[in-house]
Amino acid sequence: MSNSATLKMDAAAEHSLLDDGVQGLIGQPLDRVDGPKKVAGKAPYSAEYAFDNLAYGVLVGAPFARGRITAIDDTAAMSLPGVLAIVSDPDKFLRNSGQGGQNEAPVQNAHEVFYMHQPVALAVAETFEQARAAAAAVVVRGEPIDGEYDFEARLDTADTPDDGVIPPATSQGDIDQAMVDAAVTVDGIWTTPGQNSAAMEPHVSTAIWDDDGLTLYGAYQMVASDRMQLADALGLDPEQVRIVSAYVGGGFGSKLGISSEAVASAIAAKQLGRPVKTVMTRQQVFDATIRRSNTRQRIRLGADENGVLHAIGHESLSSNLPDEDFFEPAGIATHFLYRGEHRRITHGIVRMNRMLSGSMRAPGEAVGLLALECAMDELAEKLGLDPVELRKRNIPDIDPEKQIPYSARKQVECLEEGAKRFGWDRRNRTPGAMREGEWLIGHGVAAAARTNQLMQSEAVARLTPEGRLVVETDMTDIGTGTYTVLMQIAGEMLGLPADRVDVHLGDSRFPPAAGSGGSWGAGSSGSSVYLACRKLREQLAEKLDCDPAKLTLKDGEAIADNRRVAITDLIGDGLEAHGRIEPGKTSESHTQSGYGAHFCEVRVNAVTGEVRVARWTAVYAAGRILNEKTARSQCYGGIIFGIGAALTEALVHDPRDGRIVNHDLAEYHVPVHADIPQLDVVLLPERDPYANPLQAKGIGELGIAGAGAAVANAVYNATGVRVRDYPLTLDKLLSGLPPV
Amino acid sequence: MKLFDYARADSPEAAARDGALANVKFIAGGTNLLDLMKLQVETPEKLVDISRLALNEVEETEAGGLRIGALVPNADLAAHPKVTAGYPVLSRALLAGASGQLRNKASTGGNLLQRTRCYYFYDPASACNKRDPGSGCPAKEGFNRIHAILGTSDQCIATHPSDMAVAMRALDAVIVTLKPDGDKRRISIHDFYRLPGDTPDKETVLEPGELITHVELPAPPRGRQLYRKVRDRASYAFALVSVAGVIAVEDGKIASAALAFGGLGPMPWRNVDVEDALVGKVPGTAAFEAAADALLADAKGYGGNDFKIPLVRRTLIACLRDLTEGTA
Amino acid sequence: MQFTINGTVHEADIDVRTSLLDLLREHLGLTGSKKGCDHGQCGACTVLVNGRRINSCLTLAVMHQDDEITTIEGIGTPDELAPLQAAFVKHDGFQCGYCTPGQICSATGMLDEVKKGWPSHVSEALDGQVDLTDTEISERMSGNLCRCSAYPNIVAAIREAAGLAPVEHEVVGEDA
Repeated sequence: MSNSATLKMDAAAEHSLLDDGVQGLIGQPLDRVDGPKKVAGKAPYSAEYAFDNLAYGVLVGAPFARGRITAIDDTAAMSLPGVLAIVSDPDKFLRNSGQGGQNEAPVQNAHEVFYMHQPVALAVAETFEQARAAAAAVVVRGEPIDGEYDFEARLDTADTPDDGVIPPATSQGDIDQAMVDAAVTVDGIWTTPGQNSAAMEPHVSTAIWDDDGLTLYGAYQMVASDRMQLADALGLDPEQVRIVSAYVGGGFGSKLGISSEAVASAIAAKQLGRPVKTVMTRQQVFDATIRRSNTRQRIRLGADENGVLHAIGHESLSSNLPDEDFFEPAGIATHFLYRGEHRRITHGIVRMNRMLSGSMRAPGEAVGLLALECAMDELAEKLGLDPVELRKRNIPDIDPEKQIPYSARKQVECLEEGAKRFGWDRRNRTPGAMREGEWLIGHGVAAAARTNQLMQSEAVARLTPEGRLVVETDMTDIGTGTYTVLMQIAGEMLGLPADRVDVHLGDSRFPPAAGSGGSWGAGSSGSSVYLACRKLREQLAEKLDCDPAKLTLKDGEAIADNRRVAITDLIGDGLEAHGRIEPGKTSESHTQSGYGAHFCEVRVNAVTGEVRVARWTAVYAAGRILNEKTARSQCYGGIIFGIGAALTEALVHDPRDGRIVNHDLAEYHVPVHADIPQLDVVLLPERDPYANPLQAKGIGELGIAGAGAAVANAVYNATGVRVRDYPLTLDKLLSGLPPV
Repeated sequence: MKLFDYARADSPEAAARDGALANVKFIAGGTNLLDLMKLQVETPEKLVDISRLALNEVEETEAGGLRIGALVPNADLAAHPKVTAGYPVLSRALLAGASGQLRNKASTGGNLLQRTRCYYFYDPASACNKRDPGSGCPAKEGFNRIHAILGTSDQCIATHPSDMAVAMRALDAVIVTLKPDGDKRRISIHDFYRLPGDTPDKETVLEPGELITHVELPAPPRGRQLYRKVRDRASYAFALVSVAGVIAVEDGKIASAALAFGGLGPMPWRNVDVEDALVGKVPGTAAFEAAADALLADAKGYGGNDFKIPLVRRTLIACLRDLTEGTA
Repeated sequence: MQFTINGTVHEADIDVRTSLLDLLREHLGLTGSKKGCDHGQCGACTVLVNGRRINSCLTLAVMHQDDEITTIEGIGTPDELAPLQAAFVKHDGFQCGYCTPGQICSATGMLDEVKKGWPSHVSEALDGQVDLTDTEISERMSGNLCRCSAYPNIVAAIREAAGLAPVEHEVVGEDA
């Protein structure tokens, strides 16, 4: 019997073995298995492995934004104590960071500078303090030339990206005519600023070479493809590269691909013959990793008197470096969220000398719904219709573009349950009508949707002679709860309590997983674990000589045909199985997404325009919830990211050289404790058989989708001021506030 | 961070003597100095550690005021019963600043000497007349949302970032120093800071080696006190605008007023014209608007910070209302 | 140089420029304290010095030779978690875990400040009577960023460790 199981998702998984399990792990709000280590400071992140003879690297950035490097003068730096080398290898050094999932090297050739502070050298010294001083003493010489820094002035130059996984432009019907014919329309431009993922752990690499090649301890979301990127960048066979990312201090997209410190550390470590550790400074994380692009989005909505949409347009521009094909897919949810037979959704890229843009939490929905869901609010107001009702009236029967059915979809239930819990019916529709002392009060709603995806993913599961279950995959846990939910899946499948399951992640020696991105992590890697464990169940059934369907596993015992034996009696010298999930026809046959609804109350200071979120209810449906506790936390995180996007977060590029002016955590304002009230989050029971055999959909990005729009709509309700330029900082509200 | 010599001072006198040498800095809490040294915005050749000197007491003065040791941490000062009782504007200002951790470390003297948060000052890859005199001021034509609208010069439009110092200015604090030659000096906070003019790198009147040993407050002022800070986040953010106010109303008229402002100028801002517009007047919109007019007579925005002009007007009026309401 | 950390005396031969945080992480193997920004802007490096919470990134190690330093490693171990640590696990007061040691050290210091009657920016009165509401906890913890944004759960964990009633979802402004 083969010990591997592969499932291509070509048909609905109508029955999940997770529902047969009696171990009682799946779905339960269990504490994180990595929790005790993390709260005690004992979980090793990638900068925290000890090595003899470790040298420290600090990156050196270019002092101009565009031009050719002519010399890297290390004279002053090399004269400082402890300095080992100023390493620069412009052929191999990365110019841009990598994008998620790519298997080739990111753009190299650091002879040319394309954005301010682009890393061009690595100062290496015996200690961190010496390396930092050396980096500051390196003189980078070059021939600066003019670059492109003005987004607004270059809108006409936007190019349409090539067709890829996400189609950049779709159109049907005649939207221009439909807008003319519509009884009520909204046609506006929304702008969103660049954002930084700002994971609390900076980008880091520790590189060590031995006879087998390179081992790199780094902070990554997608170990398998990062290893390919790194090997290709260094001209190595992938077999010669090992990446370890056992604990990752947050990613949110910024660690999908490799960044310059990885290649620089590897080259330096090879050159010096000793391990080299490079941790980016926080400023370098802002300057030289990846950003969410700014966007300019035109939304057109055309409805009849009943509020039924006939026209829906979403035309979006974002910015990126020349030769980069990533665009911010702001219209991604607009394709399927609402009705309208006349549709036009386009994306363009404005080429600029700003640091690389790429995926940040919910690329597309996170900023696209900031525009679409505010346009819906404006439309509801024009129609005199409740915005919840407007959304309900426009939920399509089938995907309006692909003409295919939806998989599980509780869009209506989310809106209705949320409205009920929040007390939406008590909302005052008149803007600026609710006030308590100095505070204007407003309520807002927005829908959430995040496309569900399945990616190829592999895992191995082993039953040891002692009766422990070991799961290995190069999947990562970036705070998503992977260690915990994979334990729950494996334990449920094989009837083992939590303390008999060991999950090992984040090592490229393990089978390649989908990685943490696009909210596909749990569904994809979880399915591979499910399949491996299903195979182990079959092996146990064979040992027991019973039908696997009649096998019950609980607390380390196998029960079938009135027999009950300890699984240790069946395991022998050990059992092993390999599982692999692949996307299949269900990705094409059904439009898959998680759904939700946000309801929030804001208070806007009538004097100063300061906005404070006072109350929040969100209801989501995302298929099976694997762990109610960690899933809820992901939702909190998404909502709070959305609050930051709505109110405070903006990368500011200097108009003269594109540099990120506010490149630290004092001036790039992520929300703090005091910005956030208690949040009420409800997860509706659901199963999505088209998603994967777990019947679970992604939830890591669903919370951010639409959250900021709910805030903006509430700010309008509080003040009567519509701001279409995010974030809604107080300066944009002042002129519309009542006199003092 | 460049290498430096480190010495722990045994006495204020020794510290002042050591501090008189070129390129020496005192370090107490270090929360701003080390921040800047890591970026090589500050590059002292020697640090004199004054953190163990006995300058951490809060005592009453004979005049009924307070004598605050320069090393009293911001957190302790904010919670000190004499401060919370007599100078709530100071407690409130301190509590509105930074974070619990920073307030535990930052000293009274160091807080007065905080340097600007101007983005260009903080980025050594940028020109900056304050950091590198004569190199230029990119903020004027750049991103200047947090910058000053009062007291700027062609050379510099940076703001002073302190909250505490704004309250100190409203309270007429006196800064007591020790010079390298052993002389003591008492400097009114109103004379302590310098406008940028052509020398934005010189921010105070302190001489080389001159060590702040104490800050003295006069007896608690009569009337109501208030500190209001407007910022982008609910906490842990620098002021866009802040107002420290002390106002007494007697017989239905404003008898005395002290108003200082953060986020507006290169120093904690105080303008007697604002107070003159109020004293002797019946509290009300007319007087409040006149005060705001006086404050903003010379205000100049640079694009990104234009909003501070209406913002501080509105905030000031609301503060004046809070300071006078129900007193008539 | 000698340092007293978690009750143990450590020797280290360090550069005068070494921050307390880098001393812990790079020289003494105490990597529980995290470096998130190195400029006092995130709080991940929070430790207790003589019982007070500070940002260990913004102070020189050389200045702390006579101090009692407590890091997360001195607060509790995975097998013997301190009540705050256990409450963080129970309430899922973290996701990636990187800011967590700083949050816990900070909360430890913060609760002590409350005991001392220290007011905060959101306290109604300055007189030392602190009612430790969620708003108070949030304000006092605002020096610790959490980008995973476990804020509601961190507040719940601190409430439990402080012996307060569990979080209830307040309904605000209904009658407005």
